[in-house]
Amino acid sequence: MPKDGGIGASSKRREDVRFLTGAGNYTDDINIRGQAHVFFLRSDVAHGTLNAVNTAAAEAMPGVVKVFTGADFEAVGGMPCGWQVTDKHGEPMQEPRHPILAHGKVRHVGEPIAAVVADTLEQARDAAEAIEVDITELPAVIDMKAAVASDDVKVHDDLTSNLCYDWGFVEENKAATDEAFEKAAHVTTLELVNNRLVANPMEPRVAVGDYARGTQDHTLYTTSQNPHVIRLLMGAFVLGIPEHKLRVVAPDVGGGFGTKIFHYQEEAFVTFAAKACNRPVKWTSSRSEAFMSDAHGRDHVTKIELALDAEHNFTAVRTETFANMGAYLSTFAPSIPTWLHGTLMAGNYKTPLIYVNVKAVFTNTVPVDAYRGAGRPEATFQLERVIDKAARELGVDPVDLRRQNFITEFPYATPVAVEYDTGDYHATMDKVLALSDRDGFAARRKESEAKGKLRGFGINCFIEACGIAPSNLVGQLGARAGLYESATVRVNATGGLVVMTGSHSHGQGHETSFAQVVADMIGIDENMIEIVHGDTANTPMGMGTYGSRSIAVGGSAMVRATEKIIAKAKKIASHLLEASESDIELKDGAFSVAGTDKSVAWGDVTLAAYVPHNYPLEDIEPGLEETAFYDPSNFTYPAGAYTCEVEVDPATGEVSIERFASADDFGNVINPMIVEGQVHGGIAQGIGQALLENCTYDENGQLLSASYMDYAMPRADNLPEMTHYVVDHSCQTPCTHNPLGVKGCGEAGAIGSPPTVINAIIDALQSGGHKVDHLDMPATPARVWAAMQG
Amino acid sequence: MAQVTMTVNGKAATGDIEGRTLLSAFLRETLNLTGTHVGCDTSQCGACVVHVDGEAVKACTILAAEAAGTEVTTIEGMANADGSLNVIQQAFQDHHGLQCGFCTPGMVMSAAALLKENPKPSEAEVRDYLEGNICRCTGYHNIVKAIMAASGQDVAAVAAE
Repeated sequence: MPKDGGIGASSKRREDVRFLTGAGNYTDDINIRGQAHVFFLRSDVAHGTLNAVNTAAAEAMPGVVKVFTGADFEAVGGMPCGWQVTDKHGEPMQEPRHPILAHGKVRHVGEPIAAVVADTLEQARDAAEAIEVDITELPAVIDMKAAVASDDVKVHDDLTSNLCYDWGFVEENKAATDEAFEKAAHVTTLELVNNRLVANPMEPRVAVGDYARGTQDHTLYTTSQNPHVIRLLMGAFVLGIPEHKLRVVAPDVGGGFGTKIFHYQEEAFVTFAAKACNRPVKWTSSRSEAFMSDAHGRDHVTKIELALDAEHNFTAVRTETFANMGAYLSTFAPSIPTWLHGTLMAGNYKTPLIYVNVKAVFTNTVPVDAYRGAGRPEATFQLERVIDKAARELGVDPVDLRRQNFITEFPYATPVAVEYDTGDYHATMDKVLALSDRDGFAARRKESEAKGKLRGFGINCFIEACGIAPSNLVGQLGARAGLYESATVRVNATGGLVVMTGSHSHGQGHETSFAQVVADMIGIDENMIEIVHGDTANTPMGMGTYGSRSIAVGGSAMVRATEKIIAKAKKIASHLLEASESDIELKDGAFSVAGTDKSVAWGDVTLAAYVPHNYPLEDIEPGLEETAFYDPSNFTYPAGAYTCEVEVDPATGEVSIERFASADDFGNVINPMIVEGQVHGGIAQGIGQALLENCTYDENGQLLSASYMDYAMPRADNLPEMTHYVVDHSCQTPCTHNPLGVKGCGEAGAIGSPPTVINAIIDALQSGGHKVDHLDMPATPARVWAAMQG
Repeated sequence: MAQVTMTVNGKAATGDIEGRTLLSAFLRETLNLTGTHVGCDTSQCGACVVHVDGEAVKACTILAAEAAGTEVTTIEGMANADGSLNVIQQAFQDHHGLQCGFCTPGMVMSAAALLKENPKPSEAEVRDYLEGNICRCTGYHNIVKAIMAASGQDVAAVAAE
């Protein structure tokens, strides 16, 4: 029976009412009296020497408050990078300076050169056209392998090369891995591209800076997934503002998908300019600006090799990946192709030897950083594609080959430094095969063939590392931050609760699901609990929401704080009931003495805490408010198996998704409705990557896909119809090391679906006699058709 | 600057605007009706869909001056008279047809226009009609389900799950 409240119930989302009535409060909805607007003049060349920026004419234009250039920011820090990767020789990565406004050089199309602050946005935009920019255009380097092969074009003159780092993982395993390849009975090799994507949350980024001259307090309203991280990075490393004089607010945020994790120049600019101009300063990104200033995602070029013995056991995996960093290091960019990618190369399989090499490369393109899945989709895509190719080469069923190599005993220490706590990969495989009616596929293929279509069945398994992350571990790996989460639970006198969480909700429904957890623990109605997030002024220092971490880390912090509340409330109850504390039980919102009918209601205890007339003041303080910081002891490891059936039109190369099924193991599930919604969204983004989306530069570094006219977003009719589309999360092996037994669900769909779709297309093409063993994404009709022509 | 007057959500609305002001900007900036969202600059995303004289229009595609004298309905004007969610809004909540909420106003306005001209659309018709509305969160699955449910169809019988 479905529950009607608490953990496991599909409670309807409380946040929906404001979003459905136009009453949300997004950053662009915030207008501060007296505010000015900023327009950024951005580079239209990919690489050039910035000789001069003449702003005199612009400054004389109507409504202009001030025009800023790179020279105005010489006294402040550059944009910081939050993760330092150490290369295979033990040397730190090359880390270029990243200015707020370009100074000396421009290094990608879209890099801000000057900023005009004016009374209105139109005046700022008009004045920007009057700025004279003298740039000597230089040749640009876009191709990663060319950037590494030659220093003729260097993105950063003061670095030794375009190579940020050359990372080997695990370096000590390299010789043994090479040896395993020499002894292998069969080696399958695949070269592939993981296409560059743009996250495209529907709400463009916005930043509003405000400065109170009287108190010297700064406030930044920004579209962020992690306001505390922005406050720390911007305050400490860029502008030199102590945290107690800087408040960062991320109100309703219209989607993030990773690209709103990072600290961006525009945030620092409006904060700086609000003080310099003594007026609030607002920036609202246009979509075109977003394409050339939001951090992009993916963009790997990889060669993967899989070694198998004569019995088809995987004996080794070896990869070489070129990972695009773009022109500068975005906040967490160096960690994505390394610690969020190399550590996942075991997948669901007991491969004993793995060696991953990653060369991170600077190019004259927009910086690249985390996008939904962040490293894990790249790992999954190459591994699952090479396994499929191996199955075809060996003439074995791709399901059987996977099953034979599944990890089946837990905990399992992989050769790539992580230890999976729980999982059951056969269970999710069994489930997805049943849901997808694989047995009926042959008949469906015949039906498609009768219509002149090719039909293919694709299977894929995946593992993620979520719930990031143990702080001491990531510190050793180069993180310049901890990755705990926090919660303060404040109980009011009349029994209602406010939970102030360091997590941030930008579509995930935390206001509902977090309340379900606390309601369940205390046994009260969910509506007695308010979830507050997004404002550094009223939430404890927390690291925010990304990497499917909120319920696993933020939820755990909330559980720990609530446990402290309950422990103290029991002390109060034991006093009121004149019973031993150890005999007090909390159930359904009432404290009772075990084995008696004596009880006291939750509200009586909370009232006593704030009106302590009859209260053990000698033992405990009045009040009922507790804070907890939770630092996870391990990652969580959601895993799953996905299937897809496609039809390919051989005349046009057009692919349609006819069936899709997913079986995920997220551990325990708090709100099934929300979890399924997360999976739907992730799968849509994965199908978008597989069939539609591609961020493209020409050889001069011009961005060719800078609007929705050119960048193909998935639309309603690109996705599978309801009748043959199932998402399932009934296979549950609870996480063993967090109190809720949860693993996280936000990224699974985006990780699991791209190889599923491509595997299905290859299967379809092979069934038509086309000897195609790989297609790079997106599998557009043109690409599929060309592949069929040989 | 020129004065423009129209009826918005049943009330007369007047503002002094530049000729180049888009209807979306007039609603958001002049009238403070911030429920109408702007998600792109090429009239592709549909977050700004409103009704102008009963027709669904992307508010970023017309000038405010062009809407002078018309009856405009925005997301703020869609709830029932007692303030409760209307049948489409309620279906979106019931079927989890929204996540971050940014595309939602445009989706609800498009859905209302669809159901006005086609009271019992098929799934394919709903998906086809939403061609001009982009959502990045939901994968559309639950939006389609919500719209079909709002039309009185039994979505549980359609959906495989």
